[in-house]
Amino acid sequence: MMWSELDTWIVITGALTAMACAVPGVFLLLNKQSMLGDAISHAVLPGLAIGFLVSGTRDTFPMLLGAALAGVFTGVVSGMIERRGRVEAGASLGVVFCSLFALGLILIRLAADHVDLDPGCVLYGSLELAVIDSASVPRIAWQSGAILVLNLILAGFFFKELQLAAFDPRFAKASGIPAGWLQQGLTVITALTTVVAFESVGSILVIAMLIVPGATAMLLSRSVAGVLLWSLAVALCSAVIGHLSAISIGPVFLSLLTGHGNLGSLSSAGMMAVCAGLIFFTIFALAHLAQRLFSRVKEHSVTPQA
Amino acid sequence: MDSFWRVLLLQDHNTRVVLAGACLFGAAAGLAGTFLLLRKRSLLGDTLGHATLPGITFAFLMAESFGFSPRSFPWLALGATISGVTGMGAVLMIRKLSRLKDDAALAIVLSVFFGAGIAMLSAIQQLPGGQAAGLERLIYGNPASMTASDAWFVLAASLIVAVVCGCLLKEFTLLCFDEAYAITAGWPVRSLDALLMGLVVLVTIVGLQTVGILLVVALLVIPPAAARFWSDELRTVSLFAAAVGGISAVVGVLSSALLPGLPTGALIVLSAALFFGISFLLGKKRGLLMRYFVEREAARRLQREHVLRAIFECAEGADPVVSIDALLAKRPWKKSQLASEVGLLADEGLLTTDPGGSSVQLNGRGDIEARRLVRNHRLWEIYLLTHADVAPSRVDRDADLIEHVLDPRLVQELEDILDDKARERLVPSNPEKVQP
Repeated sequence: MMWSELDTWIVITGALTAMACAVPGVFLLLNKQSMLGDAISHAVLPGLAIGFLVSGTRDTFPMLLGAALAGVFTGVVSGMIERRGRVEAGASLGVVFCSLFALGLILIRLAADHVDLDPGCVLYGSLELAVIDSASVPRIAWQSGAILVLNLILAGFFFKELQLAAFDPRFAKASGIPAGWLQQGLTVITALTTVVAFESVGSILVIAMLIVPGATAMLLSRSVAGVLLWSLAVALCSAVIGHLSAISIGPVFLSLLTGHGNLGSLSSAGMMAVCAGLIFFTIFALAHLAQRLFSRVKEHSVTPQA
Repeated sequence: MDSFWRVLLLQDHNTRVVLAGACLFGAAAGLAGTFLLLRKRSLLGDTLGHATLPGITFAFLMAESFGFSPRSFPWLALGATISGVTGMGAVLMIRKLSRLKDDAALAIVLSVFFGAGIAMLSAIQQLPGGQAAGLERLIYGNPASMTASDAWFVLAASLIVAVVCGCLLKEFTLLCFDEAYAITAGWPVRSLDALLMGLVVLVTIVGLQTVGILLVVALLVIPPAAARFWSDELRTVSLFAAAVGGISAVVGVLSSALLPGLPTGALIVLSAALFFGISFLLGKKRGLLMRYFVEREAARRLQREHVLRAIFECAEGADPVVSIDALLAKRPWKKSQLASEVGLLADEGLLTTDPGGSSVQLNGRGDIEARRLVRNHRLWEIYLLTHADVAPSRVDRDADLIEHVLDPRLVQELEDILDDKARERLVPSNPEKVQP
């Protein structure tokens, strides 16, 4: 295993992105909107295609703008279908993102007459390739750092309001907090984070890091602030351990398991998601075990008295 | 034009196969999706579809050790099924053993499993000899490339779905609407749930290879959501969902045959989305337009009652001719609103207006109607006052329906109270202090 400067940047970028996603993710979890990340990552496709068709260039900016708008559109329209049509939240999200994805496929097909636009290439960046940059600090490193800072500032500033809007939207509304606008704002921030992040690091890392760290943290803490801090820690750990295992243990393990002798290093983003999952399931099992032990101890301490 | 008729009359063998397969798949997915929708797990298909990736890639890597070709479909499908079922087990476990909600469980399993699949895929792509070429095409099929054997496969799967759903409709209904009751009544809820999820796994695995993951998710979600706008009856909704799934598949396949080059799966999804849009607006039970009419009708009826009651109460025990100004003071309504409502009531023959239009008087029929309304509202007020402990559960009901909401004896009792109050009002209370 050779550690190079690139590896350092991969870990730094991965960790920054993961933490940037974890912040809005906690509130998505509280709002029961966990699937929004997955939905947005599908729904941005027509936005990319339209951005490309309108601008006529393969510049990143118009496509990113289109993608972010499509992401916001998904959140807003599915919310509208949910409220106006009284359709269950998951289903209304599914209706919107499936339709948008299909629309995107068709638009890309139509755009393909002009130039080769590979959705996989535009949309799903790769962490390993993105850090190769001529600048001393790769663009995506400071970019994801900036989003992390933005998300932290927003979360800190609106902390009380977001918390209230998540737990008791009616009370929030009654006490003058615009719960609806806060939720829309959360959708916008999620869309922005998602789009910028998966242009650079790939969608799988984003979808995983929006939810898994927050869910792990919920097993560990009962206060929103605690959950937020724990989720940042989990995101950081899974990024570091994920990349380490992608270049060292992962391939060896997989080789042993499958009998293929010469497997190269694995996808870092994929392994970061797997590590987040491993952390989640470990803590899940421990928490469950602890709970059972605790209840048994309590039983024992009660019986003698009786 | 020639090709149009060729497509429409199903002269190509290929078109016939694709059409039959896609239509059957649409119907099966619509049927299975109905129960998912009602169990608020519509996106389970999405999670399942993603959760199959690690199984497929792992099976691909393991194939040679077990003496299979890495491209043998049954072997890869086995891997897909095992990891799909594992993923679903993980979803159910997270839901059962922690405070996390369904949506969180779905998102966790989706991203972690898919991440594992991506990691293994990256290893496969580095294998010498370009073995990975086309693996994704193999995994995520395309409806337009469906073969006759695929179509038979779909037929078998949809028959299983239809038979199981048909036989266990009652049990699934119970599971969807009142799980707690089903448990207490001794139904094997967990096995029923597992069976239902098994059907979804079947649909997903069959669909992945034949029609692609996009279509699986879309057809599990969109047709049931569209059908829900048309009926409250589970049987109708599920049949409707199956029909919408089948019809949108047919529309999509035909239009892709007419518009060569556009992806068939995407066209099927868009036609399903079109059905959804139509249902959202025009649905008979929950459509936007229908609800708008119902709400407008209710608002109009309420307005009419308000005006009648206001006239009656102004005239009560005083001059039967009531001036418009007195009515305006009664409630915060606009003059034009009141005037148009008075006009409508005059057309109905319930009241007469004086020539200047500055005052109104109820005539015989109007008086009876107003009396009935006022009586019901007063009874209702007394009910809310005297039965405050039970009243909240009925407080949003329409006061005019008091006889339908409360039982006759209670109404009688309320009437007695009302009469007492009326008597009190008729007989002035004793002006002298009563000495004890």
